[in-house]
Amino acid sequence: MAELEAVIGLEIHVQLATRTKMFCGCELSFGDEPNVHTCPVCLAHPGVLPVTNEQAIRYALQIAAALECEVAPRSIFHRKNYFYPDSPKAYQISQYDVPLASNGRLGDVRIHRAHLEEDAAKTIHVGDSGRIHGSSASLVDFNRGGTPLVEIVTEPDLRSAAEAASWARLLRETVRQLGVSDVNMEEGSLRVDGNISVRPAGSEELGTKTELKNMNSFRFLERGIEAELARQRELVEAGGTVAQETLHFNPSDASLTPLRSKEEAHDYRYFPEPDLVSLVPTEEMLREARESLPELPAARIERYRKQMGLAEDTAALLATDPATAAYFEQTAKEAGKGVEPRVVANWVTGELAAALRQDGGDAGAAESKVEPAALAALVAMVQEKKISNSSGKAVLATLVAEGGDPAAIVDREGLAQISDSGELESIVAAAIEANPDAAEQVRAGNRKAIGAIVGFVMKQTKGRADGGEINRLIEAQLDARAG
Amino acid sequence: MADMLELTAVEAHEAMAAGELDAGEYAEAWSKAAAGDDLNAYLWRNEDGDGGAIAVDRPSIAPIAVKDIFCTEGVPTTAGSRILDGYRPPYTATAVQRLIEAGAPILGKTNMDEFAMGSSNENSAYGPVLNPWDRTRVPGGSSGGSAAVVGGGLAPWAIGTDTGGSIRQPAALCGIVGLKPTYGAISRYGMIAFASSLDQCGPLTRDVRDAALLLAILQGADPCDSTSVGLRQAPQLPDREDLKGLRFAVPSDLTEHVFDAGVRQVFEATLEKIEALGGELGEVSLPHAEHGISAYYVIAPAEASSNLARYDGVRYGMRAGADGDLIQMYEKTRAEGFGAEVKRRIMLGTYALSSGYYDAYYGQAQKVRTKIAADFRTAFEEFDFVVTPTSPSVAFGLGEKTADPLAMYLNDFFTVPMSLAGIPAISIPAGLSEPEGGGPRLPVGFQIAAPAFAEQGLLDASYALEQAIGFDARPQGVRGG
Repeated sequence: MAELEAVIGLEIHVQLATRTKMFCGCELSFGDEPNVHTCPVCLAHPGVLPVTNEQAIRYALQIAAALECEVAPRSIFHRKNYFYPDSPKAYQISQYDVPLASNGRLGDVRIHRAHLEEDAAKTIHVGDSGRIHGSSASLVDFNRGGTPLVEIVTEPDLRSAAEAASWARLLRETVRQLGVSDVNMEEGSLRVDGNISVRPAGSEELGTKTELKNMNSFRFLERGIEAELARQRELVEAGGTVAQETLHFNPSDASLTPLRSKEEAHDYRYFPEPDLVSLVPTEEMLREARESLPELPAARIERYRKQMGLAEDTAALLATDPATAAYFEQTAKEAGKGVEPRVVANWVTGELAAALRQDGGDAGAAESKVEPAALAALVAMVQEKKISNSSGKAVLATLVAEGGDPAAIVDREGLAQISDSGELESIVAAAIEANPDAAEQVRAGNRKAIGAIVGFVMKQTKGRADGGEINRLIEAQLDARAG
Repeated sequence: MADMLELTAVEAHEAMAAGELDAGEYAEAWSKAAAGDDLNAYLWRNEDGDGGAIAVDRPSIAPIAVKDIFCTEGVPTTAGSRILDGYRPPYTATAVQRLIEAGAPILGKTNMDEFAMGSSNENSAYGPVLNPWDRTRVPGGSSGGSAAVVGGGLAPWAIGTDTGGSIRQPAALCGIVGLKPTYGAISRYGMIAFASSLDQCGPLTRDVRDAALLLAILQGADPCDSTSVGLRQAPQLPDREDLKGLRFAVPSDLTEHVFDAGVRQVFEATLEKIEALGGELGEVSLPHAEHGISAYYVIAPAEASSNLARYDGVRYGMRAGADGDLIQMYEKTRAEGFGAEVKRRIMLGTYALSSGYYDAYYGQAQKVRTKIAADFRTAFEEFDFVVTPTSPSVAFGLGEKTADPLAMYLNDFFTVPMSLAGIPAISIPAGLSEPEGGGPRLPVGFQIAAPAFAEQGLLDASYALEQAIGFDARPQGVRGG
């Protein structure tokens, strides 16, 4: 049997950080006393009518622009009918066959659609089952009910759990940088569900998918998808078939439990919401949404790759978080033309990141004591061989701990590279004298043995000599003696 | 005192403005009249102070009766349903708020068919309303209480709601004027929804000028109702005396279905009056209008099935089965709280919206609706108005049609097409006719429909015709009748 390929699409609910709810004037809140942010409209009293929150439309248009979606000139709201205490009207106002936005893209993943809807209230079922059936009491907190949501649905373009988690992070950063949502997975302002299937690699057909819910962190998202893929692969490889169902991921033991059985399958009886008029964004709203976009991670990654020659993963590391990106760009600018951005990038993602980890703090580059100008000066010194690579690392460690000017640290610690080749040659000669066994082995062809002699030189020079130069001089002197 | 009650609302308003009538005494007189309700028309009267009250700062206009479908803060609001027994809304409907701000004391809340579903008022959980002309007969519905209080001298005027004829048909059966304005003319905020795309608030009054004054108070865009736009201009009191230059169309596709000889006679006599006033008569084809009832009884129940899903016993109103789990509570509350007609329509509507049936029912009905609206637009290219009888018959007997829902639904045959098209239509009393099977003569209504937002022209023409008809009959015992 051909190897099974993972096919993953994501459905993301983003709570918009508007001041008020989607269809009434109640304030949004998190963690407040239950049922204080309610009114006749969001409690669905008889006779009330929804009125669409204009700010929510503007935020949704910004998301649509960031995801390069086409915006429908006229979209409509539908009613999605279902009985459940989290839905006081017994229907959710959502968009159905004519969504606000469609056909977009973020990074390598196509966006199928993005639409506006309202969030449900929060329910707690008291009793052993934790479910509505058989509970001794059900409690409802309507504070969350009616919070504006944008639901984003991707095409099934993701091919692994890791890819899905990493793309979801990119989406979160993108939405965060728009300033339209808190995108906090623990608090539920960002919720990601997965549509997961497998198929023989190379096949164009889609397998039967399952819907995976309750992955309230990126780690759980990855683990949940991983677990479901493993389950499906095992099932299919054993000759079984995947049943279409919704699964609830339990992070404590990575188990998957069916959420809704087929018997309870809903017929939502969608029909156009007669209480609302069509959503027709004005030219001004569309223009404002486009013009308000900051440079977003995906565009920045692209620019770092194309204009600065960075590798994709390095570009992603630097471009995703705007503070890190700003730090990198400032450092590259300070380093000047003599230093390629690629070199600066490697220092930021490599040496600096390692030094910061070593230091034990969880500060990123931008929050560290290492000023962009300082790092730029340090990289330039190493690049111009004014100090050795290893001295560079030592200076960086000092910068991370104390901050300051690298040139001053080099002076203070006497780390300037030995540029007098006569001085270095005599140290090398002494090192060969001091390590006769190693010298003998190198002559006999054991190149690895050179390490002991190099180490001796480094020790003598306190790392101020360039490693490449040391190697060259040792080899030259041993060859000369052999000759 | 009796003289005061003779005044129309407009006359009273003018007398109050001229200092010839004391607003407080006038309101008091009507309050006393309302207390004499022997038609089961009021479900709650402000005067009783029974469960809250609705205060008006300075009475300056005629007191009014409000259909119990409008939410009134702190005051019982049932929509004629047991499921809202004991419910006191935390807010007041925009239409009622406008009345209060205009200085109209609220006399009380009037009985109605449950959730406005019915044409006879027999679907009220609080008992049927009796027709003031003949207490063995129905007042029509669903705004039967509002029509009966005006026709029966228990209120100078009233507001109701019309979804498929619920203002016009009871107005016709009670011998008063009923106006369904253009969809969107008056805010629906706080009006308990039956079928959201059709429901519209409107006046039930003694004459056309009162209807114009009440419409002027009620109309206007409301930020709480996205579908409200108001009228382009506030209506003026009509004073037109002729119908010269106006063209009236009789839709033969509809009027050929008038089987009641008495109704036909009054209708034809009224057409002659139109001509006598200089109006032109013509025939027009509304080829899809006769399918109005079929489309209406898909669309309205579909919307109702969704609108009424919120009555679950969780947050307000009646609750039954609280000793079981949540699902049992839902089921028991709804089983006990809703009446038979409401249940029938919820089931019809749920079915029509179900996956696999949507296109065949709801989708198809919407297409018919679009075609009916187009029929009217075409008719209005050539004509100013379309006229029909309001109802196929005069008031029928209590219990006469309750066993046959389809016969009951046909009461709306002439009124439903205008509702589907969203256009304004008025019913004015045009004469009396003996009911089939005999008995005292009963009022017959004449319906005039106009293009969307053409309320002023509609009121002007109706006024001229009303003057020519000179309908002055009244039920026995009402203002000397």
